[in-house]
Amino acid sequence: MSAKLEALSQNLQQCLGDRVKSLKLAFGEVTLEVEAADYFSVMLSLRDEPDLAFEELIDLCGVDYSTYGNEPREGRRFAAVSHLLSVAKNWRLRVRCFAPDDDFPSLPSVTSIWNSVNWFEREAFDLFGIVFPGHDDLRRILTDYGFIGHPFRKDFPISGYVEMRYDPEQQRVIYQPVTIEPREITPRIVREATYGNAENA
Amino acid sequence: MPELRNFTLNFGPQHPAAHGVLRMVLELDGEVVMRADPHIGLLHRATEKLAETKTWIQTVPYMDRLDYMSMMCNEHAYCMAVERLLQVEVPIRAQYIRVMFDEITRILNHLLWVGCHGLDVGAMTMVLYAFREREDLVDAYEAVSGARMHAAYYRPGGVYRDLPDRMSQYQESKWKSAAQIKPFNEARSGSLLDFLDDFAGRFPKLLDEYETLLTDNRIWKQRLVDVAIVTPERALQRGFTGPMLRGSGIAWDLRKKQPYEVYDRVEFDIPIGKTGDSYDRYLVRMEEMRQSNRILKQCIDWLRQNPGPVMSDNHKVAPPDREAMKSNMEELIHHFKLCTEGMHVPEGEAYSAVEHPKGEFGIYIISDGANKPYRLKIRAPGYVHLSAMDEMARGHMLADVVTIIGSQDVVFGEIDR
Repeated sequence: MSAKLEALSQNLQQCLGDRVKSLKLAFGEVTLEVEAADYFSVMLSLRDEPDLAFEELIDLCGVDYSTYGNEPREGRRFAAVSHLLSVAKNWRLRVRCFAPDDDFPSLPSVTSIWNSVNWFEREAFDLFGIVFPGHDDLRRILTDYGFIGHPFRKDFPISGYVEMRYDPEQQRVIYQPVTIEPREITPRIVREATYGNAENA
Repeated sequence: MPELRNFTLNFGPQHPAAHGVLRMVLELDGEVVMRADPHIGLLHRATEKLAETKTWIQTVPYMDRLDYMSMMCNEHAYCMAVERLLQVEVPIRAQYIRVMFDEITRILNHLLWVGCHGLDVGAMTMVLYAFREREDLVDAYEAVSGARMHAAYYRPGGVYRDLPDRMSQYQESKWKSAAQIKPFNEARSGSLLDFLDDFAGRFPKLLDEYETLLTDNRIWKQRLVDVAIVTPERALQRGFTGPMLRGSGIAWDLRKKQPYEVYDRVEFDIPIGKTGDSYDRYLVRMEEMRQSNRILKQCIDWLRQNPGPVMSDNHKVAPPDREAMKSNMEELIHHFKLCTEGMHVPEGEAYSAVEHPKGEFGIYIISDGANKPYRLKIRAPGYVHLSAMDEMARGHMLADVVTIIGSQDVVFGEIDR
């Protein structure tokens, strides 16, 4: 398997040249990072170069890196991570691309390269607020009609801001501020790398 | 001359053929669909966001509730992703148990699918037969996990416990005498493996029975043949996986191409379709059930001969034995840490995919080394398939939309997440 990944990494270096920002191999998976300016052209090469032949886009998701490692983040916040699959070559690739602007994250749409990405980009827009210029139908998809905010951002509370109930006086369904208090039973802990090592005791 | 306009129809979200809560806005010209716009998200529970606030082990039961027709396969993808980050070895017996239950799950899913698809298209009897056989398989679920649907049986590091030596039996009651329940209990007198062996012996014949009802049925063929043809090129472009891709004639199956667990040690074939219409997808799924049954038999034989551990002995991941915990300080500490703080998964990211009954079900995990996932992404096959609805339904009749939904085998638990 690793010989195959080596071949893939080599082909990537050859076909993409200096458009590769970084190329990592971990847990038997190859991760390619590219700049937003090269994103579209790289994706097009990934599909069309016969040595790469990623004819299928399996998944695209937004990621908000703002609280990564429980530490304040330096560097850019939003990324779109896609997983590609080549049926012909039987290999996979992960492509990560950070959106340049944290306040208005935007990345070119790849719907023209793979039609399957249509709903994934809508989802990333809905949940993270990443905008994909070139997408012809960028509506919300999973949240409610008329929802405000982007719920999967790390600064969006797990309980949300509004709740819905039936109001017997007005005889209709109304929105009101949430009445539940969020609670955390098991705190989130990131241990230092040497935690539990016998030598440090 | 009156003005002619396209007619817009709201299909669902409370339509019996919508397989859950699908709302679809259909633009019709007479009876021909000009545009289909599925509105999803009515069952959105933000599973991925919830997982970020739960420990690694607490997320396992959420996985069951994604595609609630193939519970253990969802858990499988999640457990494999966590195991890959942790780099723990799963004992070989646990791998066989997982493969066996994956195939049981596949049969469960396809049985429900053929029943409901039949019901949508007008073959009322199918659902009764399908549920008769599902009953035996959900009993197998119950025997190992105590739950008939939401099992939470797979855990990172193995499976929760070994297969039971006996099956639960029907009891005599006011309504059923001892003589009446005796035939029901015959197959249940032995262990779970005996019970499954009996099922695997019966099942091919039952499948033949289903096929006599449907495969050459004139109405069934009129409703399915040449409806929603997807060419191989379009199937790849639209990101199809699983039976949807195989129905279009591409022999792609993760169990063969990128084998996980012990799929490289069992024998089975991959059926593929020819024209890529709904009827081909039906045939592919029927054949898959036969192949699953074959794998099931092989797993039963292996499991009978090879006892062994079913859970990793790495106590940073898997809880220690209860007995050892009560006499041993080290085990007690591990137990305490696991049950309060939970395991820590090293920093990194992993994507693991399984050949789910509906297609490729993938879990993408980003961990920053905490006791909770940093980001969990669920790649649901139905989501991608449903997104091709517009393309598949365009130019077909309104009644064909029901066939297409059935042939896509969508379940809203996984689509809306």
